[in-house]
Amino acid sequence: MSWTWFHKLASPPHAYRILGRMAPWFGWAALALILLATWWGLVKAPADYQQGDGFRILYVHAPSAWMSMFTYVVMAVAAGVGLIWRIKLAHGAAAACAPIGASFTFLALATGSIWGKPMWGTWWVWDARLTSELLLLFLYLGYMALRASFDDPQRADRASAVLALVGVINVPIIHYSVEWWSTLHQPASVTKFDKPSIEIAMLIPLFIMIAGFQLYFGWAISRRLRGEILRRERNAKWLEEAA
Amino acid sequence: MDLQKFLQMGGYAAFVWPAYGLTALVLLWNWWAARRSEVDAQTAARRRNAIAQENRS
Repeated sequence: MSWTWFHKLASPPHAYRILGRMAPWFGWAALALILLATWWGLVKAPADYQQGDGFRILYVHAPSAWMSMFTYVVMAVAAGVGLIWRIKLAHGAAAACAPIGASFTFLALATGSIWGKPMWGTWWVWDARLTSELLLLFLYLGYMALRASFDDPQRADRASAVLALVGVINVPIIHYSVEWWSTLHQPASVTKFDKPSIEIAMLIPLFIMIAGFQLYFGWAISRRLRGEILRRERNAKWLEEAA
Repeated sequence: MDLQKFLQMGGYAAFVWPAYGLTALVLLWNWWAARRSEVDAQTAARRRNAIAQENRS
């Protein structure tokens, strides 16, 4: 099998161009889906029999929480690829993930806290799910702080990649925390092997919102990675044409 | 649809709206920050190009 396509894809000028062409598509599709899901979730979906309209926080909380973990896995895989095959583009992708992931993690924690107050009677509890998600936020922040502490980008890439890889152990811990420990947070109702324990009318807007968030991530990573490519390719000839 | 009733969110207005508002804020911040990160890098690259060109001539 020929790997030329891979090397072409991983070449900074090519990636820069492709990302620039894809970003607007991601952006507009994300906007459309997020608006559709917001309307669907706030207006069209039926109220919950127990939580009434309060359950509608689900449509921003669960996609944020999903994205906080998804982004971390992407970041760790990119960091691993960068570390093993010494691909600068992969390190750039990992670096671009961190602020996006941190903002999703913050959002998951904040909307969860807002949801917890009326349903649990408390903003915060140190149960396994909430604590491991908070740890995820610190991992993102630690990763960014570690990167910022190096002047040499190559050393920053390598050191932060190790942190990203070690921290990935936290992702399954977050996911299974509701099974392994007794938590105030409810167990999974969608991401499990038997059929989801949510009514389909409530599930559709959730999936649309998750798809919208994924596309939004695609947009944000494209923009940020283009920036990372320019910053890394200091004296390359193509920069003159690109910029 | 009754707008008043919609805004009250079955008594959960104080929780549902801040949650959605905060989500909108964070998504907008991310949009702005990602775009700025790209534009800053482009501006810096253009500046480097200009300096390199000057040195050549």
